[in-house]
Amino acid sequence: MRLASKTYESADIGSVQELYHANGWTDGLPIVPPTQDAVEACLDWAMTPPETLVGIEPVRAMPVTAEKLAINAVMAGCLPMHFPVVLTAFTAMLQPEFLLHGATSSTGGCAVFVVLNGPIRREIGASGTFNALGNADRATSVIGRAIRLALINILEVRPGGIDRSTIGHPGKFTYCVAEDEEDSTWLPLAQHRGMPPEVSAVTVMAAGAPRQIMNEWTTEPREILETFAAEMRANLRHYSLHAGNYALIVPKQLREHLQVAGWTKADIAEFIHERARIPRREWADVGKGAVVRDRGDSIYPALDSPDHLLVIAAGGPAGGFGAVIPPWLGNKSKAVTMAIGACVDCEPPKG
Amino acid sequence: MVFQVLDPTNEASPPLGQLAPRLGSLRGKTVGFISNGKEGTKGFFAHLDRQLRQEFGVANVVSRTKSNYSAPADGYIVGEIANWDAVITGIGD
Repeated sequence: MRLASKTYESADIGSVQELYHANGWTDGLPIVPPTQDAVEACLDWAMTPPETLVGIEPVRAMPVTAEKLAINAVMAGCLPMHFPVVLTAFTAMLQPEFLLHGATSSTGGCAVFVVLNGPIRREIGASGTFNALGNADRATSVIGRAIRLALINILEVRPGGIDRSTIGHPGKFTYCVAEDEEDSTWLPLAQHRGMPPEVSAVTVMAAGAPRQIMNEWTTEPREILETFAAEMRANLRHYSLHAGNYALIVPKQLREHLQVAGWTKADIAEFIHERARIPRREWADVGKGAVVRDRGDSIYPALDSPDHLLVIAAGGPAGGFGAVIPPWLGNKSKAVTMAIGACVDCEPPKG
Repeated sequence: MVFQVLDPTNEASPPLGQLAPRLGSLRGKTVGFISNGKEGTKGFFAHLDRQLRQEFGVANVVSRTKSNYSAPADGYIVGEIANWDAVITGIGD
């Protein structure tokens, strides 16, 4: 395999770290040295030649090749088996509807939230249970980090450079979760969004930080979901009135009540769509009266459509703790779901 | 142990636009503003408009606002730039 990237020689592991930090090639944490062998192993695993064009960043016309993505994946700590997920997630991020330049340069400071579905979760040890949004497992940690390092290095998304985030959030180090499909009766997120069963897939969403909720004092589905809806209303008040994709992390203790009562993800989305909305006048209650103007009675839903809600079963077995993950900027950026190693929408060759 | 490690950056430079020659003076010129449309831009560009006309003798100020403040300027705005002597845009809130 012939790699095109420039090679540097470093005397020892410490020198490697200093080379990468000094050049602004890290997220501030130590990296795994991207040697030719390690990078080739990633590309081999994904059966992808190094020169493969993953996509072109549309605003600055910057090409993203599989080789560069693999180098950053190795640096993040990825093993070869993790690389197809990184490759697919980045391909999804380069779709026009994701609005990658806006999402990565905005003062709003969003991160790319990555959700894993399908058999690949088990193959790579992505659990989706305890500490689901934290340091749950090696796979989700390194996959999420690979996305950030690739943005930094391939697309120059550095703080103060392309990245103009005012405060950002910790998900910009890594922000990846696997859905707990084994311990849920719900349709996995990717299937809910149109993927066939048993296809591994990633969903990417330009997202703010998780807003944690807790309700351990009811078994009534509407009351449980009202807590999530209230947090979404708070986001509409305190952050942005724009409707967009929201994700809900529903842990086992809460989803069992919903599932026993027969609530599907579609039912949840219908309920949340109705309940998560506020009149514009509520902005005056939180110090934003200056922009209410004569539109105080206008109603702003968090979701333009129930389909825009991403319901994800994840979290440890005990505790009524869930999360609302809000959109970066309403529906300017749309969540994208893409199959890993399969082309679901491809048409057979003509003729 | 000596490491041979690979460059993680793009290396392939994006195609760069060419800077127009610097104007000797703004007097009598047409200046275009491309606003991202955020709330704070209204006062900023109104002030700049006055300054350019009153202090620098700019003949015309053309103000345009992007339809999406997180996306590149709309094609019709980019198409107008050739008619302006200078353009002012930027990142901000």
